[in-house]
Amino acid sequence: MASKPEWDEITGRKTTGHEWDGIKELNTPLPRWWVWVFYICIAWSVVYSLAYPSWPAMAGFFNGVTGWNARSDLDDQLDEARAARSTWLTQIAAKDVGAVLEDDTLRSYAMRGGEVLFKENCAPCHQTGGAGAYGYPTLADDEWIWGGTLDAIVTTIRHGVRDQTNDDTRFSEMTAFGEWEILTPEEIDTVAGYVYDLSHGRASEGPGQDLFVQHCAVCHSPDAKSPEGNGNLMLGGPPLNNRIFLYGGDREDIAAQVYKPQHGVMPPWEGRLSDEEIKQLAVYVYSLGVGQ
Amino acid sequence: MSLIKHHEKIETNVFLLVVGIFVTVAVGGLVEIVPLFSIKSTIETVRGVRPYTPLELAGRDIYVREGCYNCHSQMIRPFRDEIERYGHYSLAAESKFDHPFQWGSKRTGPDLARVGGKYSNDWHTRHLIDPRSVVPESIMPGYPHLAQRPLSYDGIAAHMATLDVVGRGETYTPVEGAIENAVADLEAQATPDADTDALVARYSDVAFGPDRAEDEVTNMALGDLDGNPEMITEMDALVAYLQVLGTMVDFTQVDDESRTEWIR
Repeated sequence: MASKPEWDEITGRKTTGHEWDGIKELNTPLPRWWVWVFYICIAWSVVYSLAYPSWPAMAGFFNGVTGWNARSDLDDQLDEARAARSTWLTQIAAKDVGAVLEDDTLRSYAMRGGEVLFKENCAPCHQTGGAGAYGYPTLADDEWIWGGTLDAIVTTIRHGVRDQTNDDTRFSEMTAFGEWEILTPEEIDTVAGYVYDLSHGRASEGPGQDLFVQHCAVCHSPDAKSPEGNGNLMLGGPPLNNRIFLYGGDREDIAAQVYKPQHGVMPPWEGRLSDEEIKQLAVYVYSLGVGQ
Repeated sequence: MSLIKHHEKIETNVFLLVVGIFVTVAVGGLVEIVPLFSIKSTIETVRGVRPYTPLELAGRDIYVREGCYNCHSQMIRPFRDEIERYGHYSLAAESKFDHPFQWGSKRTGPDLARVGGKYSNDWHTRHLIDPRSVVPESIMPGYPHLAQRPLSYDGIAAHMATLDVVGRGETYTPVEGAIENAVADLEAQATPDADTDALVARYSDVAFGPDRAEDEVTNMALGDLDGNPEMITEMDALVAYLQVLGTMVDFTQVDDESRTEWIR
C-alpha cells in the first residue's frame, strides 16, 4: 500500500504515499489559522505559568508574579462578605441577645439569618419550624425542658445537652426505676397511671400520687413535694401535666420511660457556629413558640 | 521553520514516536506529580490529625462497602458558599491517613467532611435505619441491616498492619501498641462504661505529638453508639466513623499565620 510520495497535479501538493485501491492520500498541511492558534496557546502557557503558582522547586514552588492563590483569594472573599455584614454583625456581637430582640433592624436580620442556620443545622432533629419528632423536643410550643428565655436558649445551643466533650453541657439523668429495682413493676404501673392522668388533667390522690411525690416530684415539680408535676427547668425535669411527651404519652410509653429512661443528646454548637450565629439562632428559636 | 518540517520524521518512525511520547508524558509527571512529594505545603502542618481507631476504621470499611461515596463527598472546597454551609475547607492533612481518600465532587447528598459532632449518635442510627423518619424530604436509602449485623473484626489487626505498609510505616507504627491491642481497643470503644483510658491515651499521644497538654484528648465517639448495648454492630462502627469526620483539627486554634504557611 505504501509507495513513494508523488506530485498531485490538480492540487499541486505531494501525496503521503498511502494508497488504497487506487485512492491516494494527499499530504495537506494543517490550516494556517489552526497552526497560529496552536502557537498562541504555547505562548500563553508561558505567560500563564509566570503569572500564577506553577513551577515546582525542591521544598516550595514559584508563586507567580500576580501572587494569586485560591486560598488567599477565598480569604479576601470571606473578608469582603464579613465587611458587608459587619454593620449588623458587630452590633449583634456587642449586644446582649435580649437587646438584639428589642432592636427592630437587628431582630429582622437575626430572624432571617437564624432561619437559614436552623434549616441547615437544627431541622434534621427538631424538624422544619421546630415541629419536633420522637425524642427531639418540639420548639414551636411553650414547653421548655432547659428554659425558654433567650439566655437559656443561647446556653443550650452553645453547650448542648449531655455531650461528652463539652464541660458546660446541660446534664440530667433520670433514674432507671425499674432496671435498678427501685420500684416494683406494679409500682411503676401505678405511677405511670398517675402521670397519664396528670397529663390529662384528672390526677387524684392515691397510691400513684404518693409514689409520684416520693420519687418524681423532686425533678418534675418546682417544689420538690408538689404532686403537680409542672416541671423543673433548673434540673431539666420536663413538665408532666400536659400531653407533650418526648418519648410518647401513652400509659405504656410512660411506664417504659420510668422503667429504663431514654436520654437524648444534643451536640454543642460553640466552635462550629460563631457567637453571632448562635444569637441569631436563639432569636429565631425564641420566635417559634412561646418564649419565656 | 525547518524544525516544523522535521516532525514528519517522527511521525513516520514508530520508534521515534514512542520515545517522543514517553518523554512528553514523563515531563508532565515529573513536573506535576514528583514535586508534590518534596514540597512542604502539599500536606499542611496542623495539630490533631491521627489515624483512625480500629472501630472507626471498621466503620470506614462499611462506608466504602455500602457505597456512601457514590452520593457523599468528603471535601469542602475553598469557596465561600461551601464554607458558610459546611465549615472550614478541607485540608490535605486531614485525609492523609485515608487509603483510598473519600474526596469527590458528586453530591447527591450533602458533603460529610465535617459531619462529626453535628448530630447525636442516636440521630445517626435513626437516620441510617430510616432516613425519612428524621428528614422527611430525604431521598437516601435506608440501611436497617447495619443495626442487625454483628461487626466482623477478626481481621482488623491485619488490616491496620496493611494500612501501615501502605502509609510507609507512618500510619500505625507511631501509635504505640495500636496493632497489638486492635481488638481490645475496638471492643473498648464500642462498649458502654468500658475502660478506654489506654485507647484514648494512645491516639491522643499520636494526634498531638510530644507537646500534647495533659488534659488534651482526641475526639472519639465512645460507648454504645447504636442504642443496642448487647452487641457491637456494623452500625456502631459506622457511627463511630461518621462522628470523627472533620473533628480532628481544632480550627478555632488555626490563625492567619498558619494559613499563610499552607500556601507557600
